[in-house]
Amino acid sequence: MINIDVLITQLSGLQRQDLERWILNEWVRPDKGAGTFVFREIDVARVKLIQELRDDMEINEAAMPVVLSLLDQLYDLRRRMRVLGAAIGETAPEDVQQNLTNRLVNRAPSRLPDQSK
Amino acid sequence: MMGGCALTTDIAVKTLDDPYKALGVSRSATQDDVRIAYLKLAKQHHPELNPGHAKAEERFKNVSAANELLSDPVKRGRFDRGEIDAAGHDRPARPSYRDHAEGEAGRRYSRSGPQQSEWNAEDLNDVFGSMFGQGRPRGDARISGMDEHYSLEVDFLDGVNGATRRLTLPDGRTLDVKIPPGTTAGQTLRLRGQGGAGLNGGSPGDTFIALQVNPHSHFERSGDDIRLVLPVTLAEAVLGARVQAPTPRGPVMVRIPPHSDSGTELRLRGRGVPAHNGLPVGDLYATLRVIIGDQDAALEEFLNKWKPDSPSNPRKAMETL
Repeated sequence: MINIDVLITQLSGLQRQDLERWILNEWVRPDKGAGTFVFREIDVARVKLIQELRDDMEINEAAMPVVLSLLDQLYDLRRRMRVLGAAIGETAPEDVQQNLTNRLVNRAPSRLPDQSK
Repeated sequence: MMGGCALTTDIAVKTLDDPYKALGVSRSATQDDVRIAYLKLAKQHHPELNPGHAKAEERFKNVSAANELLSDPVKRGRFDRGEIDAAGHDRPARPSYRDHAEGEAGRRYSRSGPQQSEWNAEDLNDVFGSMFGQGRPRGDARISGMDEHYSLEVDFLDGVNGATRRLTLPDGRTLDVKIPPGTTAGQTLRLRGQGGAGLNGGSPGDTFIALQVNPHSHFERSGDDIRLVLPVTLAEAVLGARVQAPTPRGPVMVRIPPHSDSGTELRLRGRGVPAHNGLPVGDLYATLRVIIGDQDAALEEFLNKWKPDSPSNPRKAMETL
């Protein structure tokens, strides 16, 4: 939990006006405290991510919302997969889990060793 | 900066994830075990011993890097404690965005809003509906077994003549697969009831085997006929001869009529694909190719003096172009 001034001094190369624009665009969504923004750990990590996308991967600000939207959808799905996996692990008997594994693994056509030669 | 970001580490190709795996030793291996494993693998994969073998070279690099890390007790200790990664770089200490986003905290940036739970009843219906056909099955419902799909490479002649192949499925079952005569590439065999087992008395699924037919060095399929280029000598072509020619069911003697030429096509009736599915047996077409052979002084002397009865220009047809 840090405020915007601390964050800007912590992250090298981060301009206040950039960060304020990102917040305005809702790419970063910190909590609003008493007259200032309060950043949680995930917000800080997200600011770093946006910085890296921009500076290291040359994703400009016009393309940024598309990239962030896709990433958000990806992480939504990964969280859901994780929750689903955990739910299966907690509720399904072992043979059902084994059966499920077999079916998922065997879906793709695989090459067979030929024994007759 | 790049290395610490979850996004980039996902994309980057990891050449070496686990030095223990690269050397095939356990985490409790002694320094001697590590050295013995390294020497063995180094000999096997050394690039000088496997020229042009990119995989061996890659493997050798991994093995060397793994040895460098594990043979040094200090580095090995740091790796074991997670302080450095397999390439010897310091691990980034700070958690990446991914570490947050995949956990509960990630809901903050969820597309459906931070308050939404990951799953709702409608989603589950969608998932189970598409997984099991329609709706979520009750525990006692009869469920047919899943169909299983495999692919199998078939030798050219087995595809022509038919064959039986014994296969071992991933679950350990063996299956005798009858490859019918006249099999063509892309054909799929369906083995009824040989797929996944059904649940609660449901019928088992089927096994589908997609067949690929490998090419042959001499023969070529043309429907149910087979084509073959048959080399003959100059003398055999001009004077005629009986020569042995390969066919899909063994060699046969073929009469080369006198005055044959390069490109003359001989039909060997009934020597193609055997009759199948109500189709008659195919033929074998042998196209002659005259091979002049090694240099021959007598032949050259003869050709120098030779005046053909009817001089001809074999390129006449091309002159209109």
